[in-house]
Order: sequence, then structure tokens, then C-alpha cells
Amino acid sequence: MTTKTDGVIQMPAETGKQVLNVDIIRNDFPILNRKIHGNRIVYLDSAATTQKPACVINALSFFYRTSNANIHRGAYTLSEESSSAYENLREKIARFIGGVDQRGIVFTRNTTESLNLVARSWSKANIKAGDEIILTEMEHHSNLVPWIMIAQETGAVLKHIPVTEDGYLDMDIFYKLLSERTKVVSVTMVSNVLGTINPVSEIIKAAHSYNAVTVLDGAQGVPHTKVDAKELDCDFLAFSAHKMLGPTGIGVLYGKPELLEKMEPVLTGGGMIQEVTLNSATWAEIPWKFEAGTPNYADVIAFSSAIDYLEKLSMDAIRIHEKELTAYTLERLETFPDLTVYGPRDIEHRAGVVAFYDKLIHPHDLSTILDSYGIAIRAGHHCAQPLMRRYNIPANVRASFYIYNDKADVDALIEGLKKAREYFQYETS
Amino acid sequence: MKQVKLDDLYRDTILDHYKNPRGRKELDRIDAEHKGYNPLCGDQVTIKAKFTNGYLEDVAVDSQGCAISVASGSMLAELLPGKSLKEIQQITEAFREMMHGKKLPDDMDIGDLDALEGVKKYHSRIKCALIPWITLNDLIKARQEKETLVSPSLPE
Repeated sequence: MTTKTDGVIQMPAETGKQVLNVDIIRNDFPILNRKIHGNRIVYLDSAATTQKPACVINALSFFYRTSNANIHRGAYTLSEESSSAYENLREKIARFIGGVDQRGIVFTRNTTESLNLVARSWSKANIKAGDEIILTEMEHHSNLVPWIMIAQETGAVLKHIPVTEDGYLDMDIFYKLLSERTKVVSVTMVSNVLGTINPVSEIIKAAHSYNAVTVLDGAQGVPHTKVDAKELDCDFLAFSAHKMLGPTGIGVLYGKPELLEKMEPVLTGGGMIQEVTLNSATWAEIPWKFEAGTPNYADVIAFSSAIDYLEKLSMDAIRIHEKELTAYTLERLETFPDLTVYGPRDIEHRAGVVAFYDKLIHPHDLSTILDSYGIAIRAGHHCAQPLMRRYNIPANVRASFYIYNDKADVDALIEGLKKAREYFQYETS
Repeated sequence: MKQVKLDDLYRDTILDHYKNPRGRKELDRIDAEHKGYNPLCGDQVTIKAKFTNGYLEDVAVDSQGCAISVASGSMLAELLPGKSLKEIQQITEAFREMMHGKKLPDDMDIGDLDALEGVKKYHSRIKCALIPWITLNDLIKARQEKETLVSPSLPE
């Protein structure tokens, strides 16, 4: 089982720059060989989920073929092997996000579950009526709905940092919202619609000056750029494996151990206890106290292979690649008539997500027509209905990139947009 | 770039209804109004209806949505005025079944609706075609419940 990645081109030493070799990377992704309606796949929906390299697919099947046994159960070879593989990934993830304490890495199902765990467990013990929770207008529903429930249950008040017309958080308002009443500030690192890279470091510092707890939704951040949770000093960070080459069904919640230690588990049962009598139970140490029941250990082990793959390419090279691709996409779309592109134009503040609204063709129709050319884009509200309302549109179309996309994919998208208008008998200039 | 034949899905009849939706109008009297949503895409449709003696005398359909849902709403507005609630229910049911692959009863006149048959091959789009019909169905149901409460003896 090897992780094959020759996908990096080392640029002359003086530039110190690494760029991705997409042609080689694409060979590692079996699904990209598939034809859709006779066309090559142009996969532009990595913000929803990424495709998987062969090493990840193989790691999963290799594990089931050779080492499968439930973890932390028996003192026999198979169980020892799967237990240590599972725990090794915890260590690897802790290193990957900046060398945090591995006791702070909890495995969940996805980012949504990670955020729910914080909202359910931490907030229950620490939030009371009149306290304030600061969120943003650009959050994914998974960082809105859990807090709505907490507010309803506790009488806490939700405050939202507005989004400016060009897609940034209105930081002036953020500073006005902050007060002694602020107990939690929970924001996304990167908007899954606008692509905005939020100034989370600044937000965390400001929140901490009021002793508020900070939560980062890293679903669109961690897969695309180097994230150092230690340097950021966030209290919680949530992300998903499946948006970073890993399998579905694995999420991560990083929490500062001193906070996790004081939190009650949300799910209880096997694997998370220290001692159980018929009428009482005590909890295991963190992080196991939050991992009740048989965890998804096989996918955790496959996720390990995804992390190796990303590290070989280097997160810095991935960010540079996506920046170039995004700049190119924005440039091509800007010239397209009757089309609105959302989010920041400054590429330093923008990740590889480009959402746009074609004034002539509805997002769903566009999506169906592009599909007929093999182009996969997302149409809809992207689980961010408040943000759609902010821009006064019911839905839009989103193209999002990862390591296997190149300019030819963007060209195919632009060509597809022209064809769609021809099909609907609109004039294209 | 090769393109699969989409003509099944977007036929000329559909594009015609999409570009000139028939039900986008004001009614001189509104007896009932209902809003439908497609949570998948945020699409909305507002249906206003005028009833006379158990018949749908006229209907206004205001769709904000894709070609399929707008066309379907337009066809509804063209086909249904003058029909009894029972006939409307039968057509709605037949159309729903058509979307799920069943054949229409031979003697049923469904106007331009048969142009939407190709939608059944696109699972994610079936809801688009059905949304005006579901909304009208909800409107009729809500009205009937209200009438039962107010005056149980009112004829259907």
C-alpha cells in the first residue's frame, strides 16, 4: 500500500514555489476516467465533496482485507492493529492542524456533527438567558441551526455579522456586536458560497478579549490551505474528511483539552465509559468520552492515507494552485454578459469557490444542461438560505476546485455556459 | 463537446410556456391563495384561485423557478380553468403517476402536459414539474378543511 504522488513540480529554488502537476494528479483519481454522456468528467463540485485518489480507496479495501477488527476491544493482533491505526491518525491530524494536543481530536461523522457537539455539550453548561452568540450571515446551515436550537432552549440571543455587497464580513459591525454578553463567536473560515476567506485570526483575538469561546467551521478551510489551530488559538475547529480526499462519514472536532474535559458527552454507551454500574456511570478520558459506540474506524484509517497524499503535495502548493485557477475563472466569467459573480475579487481573500447567477437561465436548468456536457456543478442555495436572501436570489450556481482541476475545466465550463444559452435560444455575444 | 440529447427534457412546448407563462395574471376575485416551495432549490410558486360551485373558474400561477417548474405551472393554468375539483384531482394524480413512469389513462386530456413526460428520466427534476400541482392540491385541501369547519354541509 503506497501513496503515489509525483504530482508536485518543484520550481527553480530561487522562487521557492511548488506547483501542482495536474496531469499526474489526475491519474491518481480513477473516477476521472469515467465518461459522462460521452464527455470527460469536468468535476467542479469539490466544495460539496472531493473525489478520492486510488491510495484512499485502496487503503480502505486493504484494511478490510487484512486488519479488520473492532478497536479498543481485544488483546489480539487484529484488534491491536486497527486500534493503533485509529489512534495514529489522531496523532497525525493533531500534527496536520498545527501540532495541537492530540487529546483534543474527537472523531465524529462530519463537520455538522462536530458543530452540533459543541453547541449541544459546551453551550448547555455555559449559556444562559440573555447571553449572546455571534454568528455570520454567510454561515452554512450547519453553523446556524444548532445555535438556533440552543438560543430557543436557553433564551440566549443570536447576533449576526452582516456580509457586505462584495462578500466580506462587516468587521466594523462585528466589533460593535462584541460585548461582555458575548459567550460564543462561531464563524466559518471560508464561505462555501462566496469563497471569502474570513479574518478568523482577528475575530478570535477580539472574541477572546471578551472571554468568549471561539468556534471555527473549517469545512471549506482545512482542505484548501495550511491551518494552524495552535497559532489561531481557536477553542474549537470542525472539519470533514470527505472534503479533503478522505472517505465520507468521518468528521473531526478539535477542541482545547481544558474545555473538552469540562464538557458532558452527547452520545453515551460503549467505548466512552470508565465504570458502569446498574445505576451510574463515569466517563472515559477525553477524547474517547465523545466517541460512543463502535466508531467508523475503517474510514478513519483511509482518511490517514488522504492526509499523507495532501501532505506530499503540500498545503501551500494546493493553495497556490487554487488561487491561480480561481483568478482565471473570475477573469473569464467577468466578461460574460448577464451574469453576476459573487464574492471578493481580491484573490488573497478568496478560496477556490466561484458562485454566480445567470440572469437568463435558472440554476437548475443550467446544471442539467452542463451535465449533458459532463460538467458537474452545484445549483441551489448551498445550505446557506440566509445568504441567498442577503443577495436577493433564490439559488445560484457554484463551481469549486481542488487539486485535480485545471484551466481546461474552467474553459469547459465557459463553453458550457455558451451552449446553454444557445440551447435556450438566447443570444450570446 | 458532445451533448446528450436533452430534447426529451426541454422540448419547444416547454420553452414556449417558460418564456410566455400563461398563468401570470391578476384575478378579479381571489377565493384562495397558496404558496409552494421547493426546498432543494429555493424555488417558489404562488397560486391564486377563483371557485364557482365546486369548479375552478380561474387560476393565476406566479412561478419563480426553472424552466420545468414555470412551464408546468403555465400548463396547469391553461388546462384547469372550468374543471371540477374532482377532475383536477384526477389529472393531478395522473400527472404524478406519469412522472413516476406510469402510462396515462387513454381518455384523459392533459393538454400540453405530455411535453413534460421526458422529465421522468431526470430524478432531481421531477419535483420541479410537480411543484405547481402539489401547491394547487394543498390549496384545495386547505380550502376544503376550512369549509368543513365553517359549513359542513357545503357541496364538494
